[in-house]
Amino acid sequence: MSRNAIVAGLTVFVIVALFPFWFNIGRTNAAPEAELSAKAKAAKKCVLDKYDMRANHMSLLDEWRDTVVRDSKRVYKSANGKTFGMSLSTGEDSCMGCHVDKEKFCDKCHNYASVNPYCWECHTDPKEVANE
Amino acid sequence: MNNKRENFLNKSSRRGFLKVAGISAVAIGAAPAIKAVSIASGGGEAALPVKTAKTEALTAKRWGMVIDTNKITEEVVESVVAACRNSHNIPDFGIQPDEEKYPNTRPAKKMQEIKWIWEEHYHNAFPEMEDEFLADKFKSLPFLVTCNHCKNAPCVQACPTKATFKREDGIVIMDFHRCIGCRFCMAACPYGSRSFNFRDARPFIEKINPEFPVRSKGVVEKCNLCAERLERGLQPACVEASEGAIVVGDLEDPESEVRAILKENYAIRRKQELGTEPSVYYIM
Repeated sequence: MSRNAIVAGLTVFVIVALFPFWFNIGRTNAAPEAELSAKAKAAKKCVLDKYDMRANHMSLLDEWRDTVVRDSKRVYKSANGKTFGMSLSTGEDSCMGCHVDKEKFCDKCHNYASVNPYCWECHTDPKEVANE
Repeated sequence: MNNKRENFLNKSSRRGFLKVAGISAVAIGAAPAIKAVSIASGGGEAALPVKTAKTEALTAKRWGMVIDTNKITEEVVESVVAACRNSHNIPDFGIQPDEEKYPNTRPAKKMQEIKWIWEEHYHNAFPEMEDEFLADKFKSLPFLVTCNHCKNAPCVQACPTKATFKREDGIVIMDFHRCIGCRFCMAACPYGSRSFNFRDARPFIEKINPEFPVRSKGVVEKCNLCAERLERGLQPACVEASEGAIVVGDLEDPESEVRAILKENYAIRRKQELGTEPSVYYIM
């Protein structure tokens, strides 16, 4: 008697618990690739190498903003020998100076990963400003 | 050869396996240690990133400002305020927001305005010096007031998150990232030099300057003595627009232009009796 109830309950539990897996079977939810602008492709080297950048860009930006605001140092010579302006969106040698398309470069992955960095509440997207 | 291998596998398989497993474990465990040692000894790829200031940056031991009240006219005031507004994306609540881009924007209240440098009457700028028989010219003269970048800045002491701090070169500056909008600094500042963003400023900015960020709702802001321009080797925006009425320089350097001006002229500072040691001087 109780055996049936338990088995039925367990079955329901397993089905519910595995919902994300069976719900997504057969769908392709591939992680989006950040799209490099022509300028970024031509430059070849970023501040750190690709995988390091992918994993640690937020810590790098955090470090940069402290250095700029607190120590008033704005030039970053990275370990690979290239020099950058420590700025998200101002100047040709800033992040957005090279990665010109915010939607294709930043938003694509952030939306997929459901992160909402508040950078853009204050910092301006150069493209958006130019279109005004 | 084959025989030998078979022997190895058959006869001492457990012993052999354990040997190999043991050596592998040691190797795996040692890898990070070896790597750490090689980086510490400066081998190969261990070139570290270097952060520096720009070479063209203007520097000083203690930045200060001298405002010549004789050269301040209504036109100068207007162009100075406009120059500051444009270079720092300061909202102008007097303008009508773009209905298409920012629909249903509530009109702003005058008391919510954002001020970095603005016009003030003598009796407000120097309330303790309002003499009974004040020279006529001071009654009508426009005064430009801004953050005084005090030596003993009360706002810095009041800030609970160290969002407002004093740089080594005397500039009292804000880290907007850290500001939590508690407004203690506004209560502490005796000059009213700080403004709070009660609302999103974007609809009220005519043309966004991409060289400087906008502020988000809920942070305090104030004059930063154009730190971002000084670092590019440029004079502050107000100095450029002032037609010589405002001079910025090093107060600690006896050879500097500001010191030369102060040596020659009688200058006063706002609310000196409070002991904040303002760095903005007014030539009378």
